[in-house]
Amino acid sequence: MTCTTRTGQWIRTAAGVVIVAVLLFPFYWMINASLQPSGSLLKPEPDWLPVDGTLAGYEKALSTQGGPLLDSLIVAGGTVAVSLLIAMPASYALAQLRFRGAQTIIFVLLIVQMIPGIVMANSLYAVFSSLALIDDYVGLILADSTATIPFAILVVRAFMLSIPRELSEAARVDGASYWRTFISIIVPVSRNAMVTAGLFSFLFAWADFLFAVTLTTGRSIEPITVGIYRFIGNQSADWNAVLATAVLASVPAAILLVIAQRYVVAGVTGGAIKE
Amino acid sequence: MTVLAQQRTEPAAPTPHRRRRRGGYRLAALAFLLPALAYVVLFFGYPLVNNLSMSLRDYSVRSFYTGEAPFIGWDNYAAVLRHPLFGEAVFNTAVFTVGSIAFQFGIGLALALFFSKRFPAGGLLRSLLLLPWLLPLVVSGAVWRWMMDQDHGVINAALRALGLADGPTPWLTSPGWALPAVLIVNIWIGIPFNLVILHGGLRAVPESLYEAAALDGASAWQRFRHVTWPLLRPVTAVVLMLGLVYTIKVFDVIMVVTGGGPANATQTLTTWSYQLSFDGDFAFGQGAAVGNLLVLVATVFGLLYLRSARSSLAEGGS
Repeated sequence: MTCTTRTGQWIRTAAGVVIVAVLLFPFYWMINASLQPSGSLLKPEPDWLPVDGTLAGYEKALSTQGGPLLDSLIVAGGTVAVSLLIAMPASYALAQLRFRGAQTIIFVLLIVQMIPGIVMANSLYAVFSSLALIDDYVGLILADSTATIPFAILVVRAFMLSIPRELSEAARVDGASYWRTFISIIVPVSRNAMVTAGLFSFLFAWADFLFAVTLTTGRSIEPITVGIYRFIGNQSADWNAVLATAVLASVPAAILLVIAQRYVVAGVTGGAIKE
Repeated sequence: MTVLAQQRTEPAAPTPHRRRRRGGYRLAALAFLLPALAYVVLFFGYPLVNNLSMSLRDYSVRSFYTGEAPFIGWDNYAAVLRHPLFGEAVFNTAVFTVGSIAFQFGIGLALALFFSKRFPAGGLLRSLLLLPWLLPLVVSGAVWRWMMDQDHGVINAALRALGLADGPTPWLTSPGWALPAVLIVNIWIGIPFNLVILHGGLRAVPESLYEAAALDGASAWQRFRHVTWPLLRPVTAVVLMLGLVYTIKVFDVIMVVTGGGPANATQTLTTWSYQLSFDGDFAFGQGAAVGNLLVLVATVFGLLYLRSARSSLAEGGS
């Protein structure tokens, strides 16, 4: 009995490996192609392994897309900072200092998350062009934050609801100000939720294409997503360099998945059902 | 939402001690909320009102320099509705959205059921499947565009090797194939999200119900049909509604894989709105009008989502 179920379990594992292999094949193919010389990518039969592997694609990627990678890093880092600076205090107020109207604010935050990005881009373009925020790090950071701040508030607030209010009330009784209570008790206790919100803000801003393509002209700054897009649009696209850039652009997400898996899963479900 | 439920259970009558401090309390709450409120007003409120006003004006590139944009009432909406592309964009949006959601949900549910059983390395394999969801959509789009290349793509090579196709399929260059092609890519991208949420829902179904059903002699299909499916319904509603809201605004995938082409075969309301405003036309008023139609659709589904999420939690709580 135990023997058959154990075999059954291993059959499931084998099937699971096959499923993962099929669904993740595109990434294997991306890495495979990024390591081949552009000439062999154009052969009638593709090479299933990078037999004559070369780093030429990566050299070209770094030389042409190094700037965009850096631009994306700045924008993503800035978005994390702005989102957390605004979301942490707001979550504290919504979760711990309950007051009338909190309900309405949460409802508004849930609704604005559903506004299609293209509408935000269209509106922000008009506003930003009069404020000289087109082609500007600050402009992109503020635009990306429209997507990350509501999410961050909802995730962090949901966590802060679980902090016993006695904790902050005890601090208040001991004479700590609201600010002091927030900084020395609430923020340290909410570290995990903060990491989740920060992670997702980073991933969103890093991956953002819509704001990047509408709010920059390519004259000064160019995020990596736009870099890849223009790279492909180029008729003489060198696919090994394009895909090498794509691999480099995937690195942050891959690293985060490995080192912060539990925060990632918390964020996926937190964004949807807000528990 | 737990959110909504929890606040209603707040003690209705504050203690006298608390009532005394209420003024300071409210002031503190307001101070902590101020940055967020200011942000919402400046970056959602103002732009959206502005968008509405743009859609009622003759807004062009020149308007940004001269500041002149004459009021033309509903003309932009009329122009958009009469535009030969309107019908096509609505049709493509509908096919893209319904097709994506149906397959993402079906495959996601099958995988969630598969991974709901315990087996060695199950958790690891499941978390690996999150990868397509976490990587930038532009990256996934670029990879698929390369894989679907007519002459050098691996998909055509594989079809040829398996003897499934006579000639190369023009995935991205033929108007007939382009919509199915972007649909495939978007389904692939959406599977992890459906898998994770549905997997969470399945784990909430008590094991004892399955055991009871098995004792009563229920087959695997009957257990699914009469235990899993009804108990999963609230989560299903949430997944489908969110899927709708997300899919309707898909932009990156289509732009990178086909750019809305060939011959507008993959133009959806979202990419069309972009094209009207930014890509050559610079008809910002019309772009804004299409955008507002999208807001309308998204809000309707959004409210439906909030309602189903709330009732699902009410059910779960009782």
